[in-house]
Amino acid sequence: MAVTSRARAVVANAAVALLTLLTIAPLGYMVVVSFMPRGESGMLPTPLWPSRWSLENYHELLVRRLIDGAWFDYRIVPALWNSLGIAALSTGLGLLLTVPAGYAFAKLRFRGRERLLKLLIASLVVPGQVAMLPLFLIFKELGLVNSYAGVILPSLAGIFAILFVRQATLAIPDEMIDAARLDGAGEMRIFARIVLPLLAPITVTLALFMFLGSWNDFLWPLIILADQQRYTLPVAVAAIAREHAADAELMMAAAVVTTLPVLLLFLSLQRYYMRGLLGGSVKG
Amino acid sequence: MSARAAAQERTAWLFSAPVLAIILLVFVLPTALAMALSVTDYSIYALADWDNLRFVGLGNFVDLFTTPLFWRALGNTALFAVLGVPMAIGASLFTALLLDDVTVRWKPLWRVLLFAPYVTSIVATAVVWRFLFNERSGLINRLIGAVGIPPIDWLGDPHTSIPAILIFVTWKIFGYNMIVFTAALSAVPGDLMEAARLDGAGRWSRFRHVTLPAIGPTLLLAAVMSVAGFLQIFAEPYVMTLGGPAQSTTTILFFMFEEGFKWWNLGQASAVAFILFLMILALTLIQTRVGKRYEWL
Repeated sequence: MAVTSRARAVVANAAVALLTLLTIAPLGYMVVVSFMPRGESGMLPTPLWPSRWSLENYHELLVRRLIDGAWFDYRIVPALWNSLGIAALSTGLGLLLTVPAGYAFAKLRFRGRERLLKLLIASLVVPGQVAMLPLFLIFKELGLVNSYAGVILPSLAGIFAILFVRQATLAIPDEMIDAARLDGAGEMRIFARIVLPLLAPITVTLALFMFLGSWNDFLWPLIILADQQRYTLPVAVAAIAREHAADAELMMAAAVVTTLPVLLLFLSLQRYYMRGLLGGSVKG
Repeated sequence: MSARAAAQERTAWLFSAPVLAIILLVFVLPTALAMALSVTDYSIYALADWDNLRFVGLGNFVDLFTTPLFWRALGNTALFAVLGVPMAIGASLFTALLLDDVTVRWKPLWRVLLFAPYVTSIVATAVVWRFLFNERSGLINRLIGAVGIPPIDWLGDPHTSIPAILIFVTWKIFGYNMIVFTAALSAVPGDLMEAARLDGAGRWSRFRHVTLPAIGPTLLLAAVMSVAGFLQIFAEPYVMTLGGPAQSTTTILFFMFEEGFKWWNLGQASAVAFILFLMILALTLIQTRVGKRYEWL
């Protein structure tokens, strides 16, 4: 018995480790190839390791150069700043808009609350792409096409975020809020001093969801942005990938620049992310 | 109404009105307009001047139903969903069951690493996988070459383009449902499992009669969400294949994008979007029905 259970443990652990290795391998290979000298990854047999570690792909990708009297670059650096700015703004504004709303739907009594809530839940069935074509026309009339506001605004319609915050807020006991009311605290004060601190962990979770969602968003920025200087990273990378399909090392460097920042963010805050995935209960 | 209740009402509207207004502007209004747009001939001419807009009734839908590429896109999308949902859910469930084994150590570490692909950009990882699938020098052909399989032109052959993209998509998303299933598995009653074991139930029989009913609702929900997700595949063909080869990876959304933003037939594209919406709605209703029948929900 002892022997078989030990064998089972070895097999199970080895299987999990192998599966994890397989899953991480494409990301690892992406990093390795991005440091290969130009053209090396196309040699046969397919190299698994660089003959020498080279930064030339990153240099080519990120540094603006004078070619035949004209400035040339892949516009990855501006795209990096665009992505960062857009993701930061849509996260900040998104939290500002949805956290109070989620609290209102959970704990404040107002006319039409239940009906609005039902509508919000029902609207989750409608895929966002249905709204995209008319939205493009509306934004065209409003002069928001090819603007950062045009990218950010749709991401602020956080129906999921409202429901997420509401769910977490329901776990706060009513007695706590009623007691504060009896003590004469105003509604604003109750939200800021009592509710918000309790919601802090799930706010971090939500911020992480929003930031990653905005950073990785592709279809809408692709539709609304026309000017290459305003491209976000995924749109810029997709554009380069169409023209430079053969430059594998360069493309891997572009992929590293796009994925690494959010991977590191996820790894450092994974506790919050995982908790959010599992229902985000509030402690306290 | 008391002063307190009035204050609550005021605060509630102050808190929720801004986001509700934005939802109205960028989601509710355009969704309603999408239906209106789908019965017009909105094209590049109307884009220049609204006067060129005509009402065409169901003309866009009739046009679509006589367009071979639309049927091709529907068929491809269906293939993505029919093959992809079991593949992705299967991979998630398999990994979750593996991780659930009591003997496995460092579970949080494995979980985070297995989840990592999910948080990466689809565009960036599609670029990586396009390179891995390269016929001549790709890593995948090198690996299968090591066991004697001749090189496959994964993304260049209409027969392997969908499977190749599905391998990529499964790799990218399985971590999400793995986490969801892990949570569901931890709620499987241990005493029931022990009782089944004492009754001599085998591994498969315990899975079938104890685990499966317990995680049924979670499985159903994951299936609904996955079907909806697979019906919305866009970035993968856009980056990896441009809808080819021989239109084998043109999906509904890819078709809609080309129709709308390449050819500017926004009326036609809206009709496509509307059909996509009806499909997702119908599937969600069917799956909820099925779930009710088996008393999972």
